[in-house]
Parts: sequence; C-alpha cells; structure tokens
Amino acid sequence: MDFLYNFFISPFVQIADAPLFFVEVLTGGLLSGVMYSLVALGFVLIFKASGVFNFAQGAMVLFAALFFAGFMDKGVPWWGSLILTIGVMVLLAMAIERIVLRPLVNQPHIILFMATIGVTYFLDGFGQTIWGSSVRVLDIGLPQTPLEIGGVLVNKFDIIAAVVAGSLVAALALFFQKTRIGRALRAVADDHQAALSVGIPLKTIWAIVWTVAGLVGLVAGVMWGSKLGVQFSLAMVALKALPVLILGGFTSVPGAIIGGLIIGAGEKIAEVYWADAIGGGIEDWFAYMLALMFLLFRPQGLFGDKIIERV
Amino acid sequence: MLYREAGQFKTSYAADQQIFPILQDRIGIGLIAVLALGVLPLFATEYMTTTILIPFLVMSIAAIGLNILTGYAGQLSLGTGGFMATGAFAAYKLSTMFPDLNIVFVFLGSGVITAFVGVMFGIPSLRIKGFYLAVATLAAQFFLLWLFNKVPWFTNYSSSGVISAPPRAIFGDIMVTGSSAHYTAKYLFLLVFVGLLALAAKNLTRCHLGRAWMAIRDMDIAAEIIGIKPLQTKLSAFAISSFYCGIAGAAWGFIYTGSVEPLAFSIEISFKVLFMVIIGGLGSILGSFFGAAFMVLLPVILTNAPHLLGLNIPVDMISHLEYMIFGALIIFFLIVEPHGLARLWQIGKEKLRLWPFPY
Repeated sequence: MDFLYNFFISPFVQIADAPLFFVEVLTGGLLSGVMYSLVALGFVLIFKASGVFNFAQGAMVLFAALFFAGFMDKGVPWWGSLILTIGVMVLLAMAIERIVLRPLVNQPHIILFMATIGVTYFLDGFGQTIWGSSVRVLDIGLPQTPLEIGGVLVNKFDIIAAVVAGSLVAALALFFQKTRIGRALRAVADDHQAALSVGIPLKTIWAIVWTVAGLVGLVAGVMWGSKLGVQFSLAMVALKALPVLILGGFTSVPGAIIGGLIIGAGEKIAEVYWADAIGGGIEDWFAYMLALMFLLFRPQGLFGDKIIERV
Repeated sequence: MLYREAGQFKTSYAADQQIFPILQDRIGIGLIAVLALGVLPLFATEYMTTTILIPFLVMSIAAIGLNILTGYAGQLSLGTGGFMATGAFAAYKLSTMFPDLNIVFVFLGSGVITAFVGVMFGIPSLRIKGFYLAVATLAAQFFLLWLFNKVPWFTNYSSSGVISAPPRAIFGDIMVTGSSAHYTAKYLFLLVFVGLLALAAKNLTRCHLGRAWMAIRDMDIAAEIIGIKPLQTKLSAFAISSFYCGIAGAAWGFIYTGSVEPLAFSIEISFKVLFMVIIGGLGSILGSFFGAAFMVLLPVILTNAPHLLGLNIPVDMISHLEYMIFGALIIFFLIVEPHGLARLWQIGKEKLRLWPFPY
C-alpha cells in the first residue's frame, strides 16, 4: 500500500502543492535535455547520410573536448584552440573515411556498427595517451549563476546551451536545405547508388558528413566539458543520447531535439518526484524505459522515416 | 590431401544427418576432446587455468548464447551483460535458498530464470527491429544492473553488495565452487558443461526451430508468409539465448571469479560478447569458440607484451595503449574478414583439400 501511495498519489500531491517548483524542475529537465540532443545530433547526421550507426559519436565528443582543453592548457587562446581542434576533427573524419569506411563499403550494417565500436576504443585510448587521463577543467567563461525568470530559477549556462543547440540546428538546416553540398548529402541519404550514378562523389560526401558530425561533437564536447569537466566519463554521455535517438527516430534532426527535450524533462521529473517510490539512481535506465514505451506505439521513433517493407 | 572427403559415402539417413559428416572432422574433435579433458589439466598451471582456460569457457557459453540470438535469429542485442548478471544472482539466490540442491541444477535453474527475464525483454522485438531493438535491449542491461544494486534481497542483505559463491561439491566430495575448490576440478566441471551446451546448441540450430530462426533472420516478412510464427520464433530465440547467457553469468560468478558484484557485468561485457560473436563468425557455433578464445587471449597478450619486449611504459599509458590496439585490431579484423574467424577456418579447410597439389 505504501508503495502504491508513493507511486500514484504522493508525487501528484507534491506537484499540485508547489506548481512553481514543478515548472522549475520541468525547465531544468528541458534544458538538460538540450545537452543530450547535442550529442544525438551527431548520430543522426551520420546515420542519415551513410546508414552507419556511429557508436563512436560519444568518443568523438570526448576526443574533441580533450584536444580543445589540451590546447587551452598549453596556453593557446580559445579561438586558436578552436581552429586547431577543428583541424584535428577534419583530419579524423578523413582518416575514418579512408581507413575504416572505404574498405567496409557494402558490408552489413552490423559490421559497420562493430567497426565504429572499434573506433570508439581507439579514440578513447588515443586521446588519453596524448593528453593523459586526469580531469581537466574547461573554462570558456560561461556563467554558472542562476537567473530568475518570473519566479523560476534557471541556470544561465543551460540557457546558453539551449541557444547554442538552437543555432546549431538552424545552421545545419540551412546547410542541408540551401547549399549544393547539403543537397548532395540528402541525395546520398536517400539512395547511395542513385546518388553515385548522377555523379555525386560518395567518398567526399562521407568525409564531409563525418567532419560535420565531428564539429557537432566538438560543440557538444565543449558544452559538456565546461559543465562536467573534461574526463573519460564524457564518452558515456553517448549512452544517454541513445534513448534520445530511438525516441526521436534515427533519421530526424528535429526528432533528436524533441527526443532530447522529452527524455530530459521525463528524467528530471521522475528523479525528483518518483525517486522515493522506486529508489534513487534511476537515471541510468529511466530514459531507456521511457523511449521503449514510445517505441511500442511508434516503432520508427516519433519522427523517423516510415518503414516500408516488401518481400 | 590431408583433408579429403572423397570415398566417404553416406548409406543411411543417420549418416547423412551427422554433425561431423567427414572422418577427419570426427578425428579432429576426438583429439580436441582428449586434449581438453586429459592432457591440458595435467600441464596447465594455476595461472593459465584461471586467467585463460576458465574465462575462455565461460565466455564461450555467453558467445554461443548471443550467437543464437544475433547470428541465427538476427535480433541484435546489447543486453548480454544484464542477462549474465541475472544468471549470477539467480544462481546465488538458488544456492543459498536451497543449500542441498546440486550445483548442476543450480546452474540449470539460473539459466531457466534468466530465460524468463530474457523473454520479458524480448517482447519489444515483436514491434521494433534492427538498431532500434539494439538500443532497446540496453534498457535490460541498465535496468537489471540497477535492480541488483538497489534491492538488497538479491545479495541476501550483504552490506557491500558483493555476492560470494558458497562452496558446493559434485559426486559427493569434489569441490567445484567456493574458495577451497581446486582449479582443475573447476575447469573440468565447466568443460563438461560447455561441451554439452555446445552440442545442444549445434543440434538446436539444425532442427526445425533453428531453421525458423534463420528464416526470421533472413527476411522476417517472408518467413511469416510461409507460416513461421514470429511470436514463438523470436521469443524462443530470446529464451534460449538468455538461458545460455544466464548459465555463463552463473559460471562467471561461481567458478571464474568466485565473488561478484553487479558492476562486473557492465555494458563493456555486452560489447565484448558481441565482438566475440562477430569476430568469431555470425551464425556459427564453432565461431563462438574462436571469438571467445581471441577476446580472452588478446588482453592477456597485450598486458604481458611490454614486459616481454623489455619496454618500460607507465601503467596508465599501457592501459590506454591497450585500448588503442584493441580498437585497431577489431577494425583490422573486420576489414580483413567480415565473416569472422569461422570463415577463415572454412577457407583453410578448402585449401587443405587440395594441398600440396594445387589442382
């Protein structure tokens, strides 16, 4: 009885008692969801353009953050480190395309997926071999102070993260819709062979897509890094982005954003109101369960391409 | 020349249905059995048995389990670690609740319990497939570990959350689990288990059920149209796969490490088992053994290599380098032979048929 009360009644009583606090929890959740979306975006880009489920996105986030923080520690100004890190990510994308993807063209998806797990191990080891495994503080001058908007306390940092994510999505949308390369990317996403036959250079496109995913990873890495510090556990945020991904659909950029918001908000609310009933530490699996619930009704995610199957 | 099946005619249906239809294969298997049962226990040191042989056997059970699910039935799963944890904790609860129960039945019982859990987490596979399913199975991984961490009932209210295998014996007085068990006894006990489980798996994949799994894997809609029921087929794959993973987890906790905490079955284990299955060869029982051997030996070699080469590298550097080499080797193997070591073995056999005359 106690459990049922704690599970079904007491959380709602708490919400009704302090609606302002609920709004605060909700905004906090939504804003931290934006951070998940940042990582999920990189996954979506690569899956859209090459059908590769890139598990290495989390490692790329860590890799970019390690290089950025490493250059900053060496005394390079932030814009200099940014340019250097972008250079590193471009090189990385080209290397992955040349060494990993090109020999594995036309292999089943699961093989490519495994290869990206191999890349994950490699990048985790490589980044830490160069920069060491100690925690680095990444301070790019973002404020951490809370801000009061209409009686609700909001972290300034989270708002900046949301603005960054928003402008990133807008930039990506423009890039995909309006530029020549963006059109080629969409063509490749639709059909590799048809794209090849009209003269789109697949290799270049893949290198570009991995570069863009690397840059998204860099943004995510800088944001996460200045929130948590640059350390190995940063690679684990990828595991947080996966439920966002299946919730929003592997192929949808807006899906990644909306999915992130739902997961972020759901997670925070469950942690605050339902932790008493089912015990703490649920953030590890709650997002997956939430995504699973959605999947049972929409197997391709909220915004994923409709799956059409023929025999 | 060495490997020639010419002249070996099959005169009965039974001969046609043999698992090893060629005489050379039967001799080879017999040799391996003699080697593993009779020769290795005599020569293997304690270090070799506990760091290589026992983990190899434990991981091959898990690899066979995942291979049934992913290689034969085509359902990608990343929840292996969670299922192994279920097996370990089920075995612990069974053996402490029924102290008189024979350890063999404890293992089988933990497998059955894991099978039920596996079916529960397999239900979404009826709705979703591919990578969506893979991510969904991560829910099993994280949820189960959280459950064993949070609910003290599973660890019999131990304050550290670590379970230790109670000492149990077979045939009256031969200890196989617990700290007083001799490593050779552990090894032989596990070996018999693995042999029987592998045989069962091989036969399962050759029978009606195995063919249904492969049909679902190759194209599920077509399989459904020719009358294979996806519900039974997919869920049976999840059940049997989890049964194997559960036994592997129980063997890990009881025989390999002796005491275990939920964190030991983290997502790393799930990935490792998946690597074994893919590097060994999807849809091959033999490949599961190759994959397990590869993945167990590689870290041992990588850890010992700097000492052997006389290099003096700081410890944390070594672990990072290990990660790098590990990742690079996986990519290398996938590029060289995406169908796994089992395929290399097949190619080798083909070559041996002609050798030493190339025509």
